[in-house]
Amino acid sequence: MSDHDYRPKSKVGQWFNDRLPLLTLANHLTDYPTPKNLNYWWTFGGILTFCLITQIVTGLTLAMHYIAHADMAFESVEHIMRDVNYGWLIRYIHANGASMFFLAVYIHIFRSLFYGSYKSPREIIWILGIIIYLLMMAAAFMGYVLPWGQMSFWGATVITNLFSAIPLVGEGIVTWLWGGYSVDNPTLTRFFTLHYLIPFLILGLVVLHIWALHVPGNNNPVGIDIKKPSKDTVPFHPYIVIKDGFALLMFMIVFAFFVFYAPNILGHADNYIEANPMVTPAHIVPEWYLLPFYAILRSVPDKLLGVVAMLSAILILAILPWLDTSKIRSAVFRPLYRQFYWILVADVLVLGYVGAMPAEGLYLLIARVATAYYFLHFLVILPVLGFKEKTLPVPLSITEPVLGGSPNLAAARNKESKIE
Amino acid sequence: MKNLSKLFSIIIIIFASNSYSFAAEKVEYLKTDWSFKGLFGKFDRASLQRGYQVYTEVCASCHSMKYLSYRNLAEPGGPEFSEAQAKAIAASFEVTDGPNSDGDMFTRPGKLSDKFVMPYDNVKAAQAANGGAYPPDMSVLVKARGGGVDYIYSLLQGYEEAPSNVSLDDGVYYNKYMYGNKIRMAAPLSDGLVEYGDGTNATVEQMSKDVTTFLMWSAEPHLEARHQMGFKAIVYLIILTVLVYFSMKKIWSRVESEV
Repeated sequence: MSDHDYRPKSKVGQWFNDRLPLLTLANHLTDYPTPKNLNYWWTFGGILTFCLITQIVTGLTLAMHYIAHADMAFESVEHIMRDVNYGWLIRYIHANGASMFFLAVYIHIFRSLFYGSYKSPREIIWILGIIIYLLMMAAAFMGYVLPWGQMSFWGATVITNLFSAIPLVGEGIVTWLWGGYSVDNPTLTRFFTLHYLIPFLILGLVVLHIWALHVPGNNNPVGIDIKKPSKDTVPFHPYIVIKDGFALLMFMIVFAFFVFYAPNILGHADNYIEANPMVTPAHIVPEWYLLPFYAILRSVPDKLLGVVAMLSAILILAILPWLDTSKIRSAVFRPLYRQFYWILVADVLVLGYVGAMPAEGLYLLIARVATAYYFLHFLVILPVLGFKEKTLPVPLSITEPVLGGSPNLAAARNKESKIE
Repeated sequence: MKNLSKLFSIIIIIFASNSYSFAAEKVEYLKTDWSFKGLFGKFDRASLQRGYQVYTEVCASCHSMKYLSYRNLAEPGGPEFSEAQAKAIAASFEVTDGPNSDGDMFTRPGKLSDKFVMPYDNVKAAQAANGGAYPPDMSVLVKARGGGVDYIYSLLQGYEEAPSNVSLDDGVYYNKYMYGNKIRMAAPLSDGLVEYGDGTNATVEQMSKDVTTFLMWSAEPHLEARHQMGFKAIVYLIILTVLVYFSMKKIWSRVESEV
């Protein structure tokens, strides 16, 4: 955010820009110097913006036809699927869009973990991201309740009941959340209201997230500070715009495959049964993107401690910039961290898997080990690793490894932006 | 790029296997060729019409289909009865309407805009008539069961003598595909139960296939439109992706030559 000596060419433009510098902002966004070695893992920021806008646009359209009432919600969804013009398309985009959103956000988060993007001076960007992620989970959970199927109803019952673990006031809080003595119409209407509100909160936070990003500029695969603008950077437009566009189109092909050819594969069949408070489904499972946390919740035998463990698993990420003591950002130059990173990825996938299985026998044992490892990674391995690890020499600039003369030429070149 | 696609496929496989894993605990379902599966999958029109006949002559005496209207029967992508046929079908049902200007309810022949007439007035009446079990509404039934069409198709043919170690209460039947193997519905189909207008031999297998096809359509009435649009959308996206890829190469060649 250096000084903006930009001046619009036209008189009208100057007149307007002196009063509201929108054109300066636009100029900043197009000229924004971006490291030229960003790889495709960096395209998910743009993809996530696309996901958010898609969810908002399709969601607004659905809200025009949806009826937030316990007796009519299920029917109104069927009305959308059958009688609203292209209603099936809008709903399937919205429902699968949530899954795509989480797929993209997990890649985005794990990219940040690999390249140390959360480290100084980018801690605020990271924390804003964690808040966005929390809000996404809240929005997704409440959105899943709206069709008022069996999984909606019982998922809402299980998750809201978690608050009853709070000592003394827990039961009162649950009644307050429900607006009654069970999940019912008042719960549905307030979830609908909040589900409508949260995306706009997320939108505001995304603006802050990007604003905070534009202060230090992007991290990059080499993880070093670079001069901006310099030989190491390219202007955002057209270089990054076209690259993000290309990646977005690839993503949209996957998205379209789900929407058109497997629209229900990521959902649960029970949610096509209308909510029935008298019949409990055999297995109550959340949507796939919440499964790792569900596994952590169930791996602790005590209800309150389970809730604490689950929340800690998310909130621990917020203090990650201070848990990771290594000064080197990119895992490219951290041979040990790189291995622990992949173990963590596997650990989270295992948690997701056991989260979908019944919490008994071997599954429960695996869930407990994986939960313990998850916390071990953040609370022990990362802090210690920063002191013990022998890191590889880091190049002085992005162009340096390309021009040669760096001892870790091969490693750096591997991570260089390659558009092929 | 390779990494990216590898990750995508790993994730898809993991979650696809997750959603199937519950079904895997049960027996293998019977398989048949469904014309509506695949990239260009379409419904077999004749099968849909026969399926409607099975539904209306057999299932409809207990199972409602409350989200469907008679007009749907004549719409593109469905059984595609002619409008005259659909009108005749609708008119063959008595629909309660009203209140009229005297404040009384009255019955009249059904119209295209009417919803499918329900066999019972309410859930309690349905339970009372079926030994306490509610015959589920069939509008979205195939989407509401883990195994989908294969499950329904198998269930209809899965009635067997109960093994000697299984004791059944009165009004409970043994079905090897049912969850827990006990079902309140008596075997609904038997060879020759309906007489198909097109001369198709009404075996249990044939009727199961036809009625399941019909149920797939009733759950996904826009399936054909979805498949057609999906193909166009994906082809469009692939072409655009290729064009954008070459534009990107061209644009980035400016920097790479500089480096």
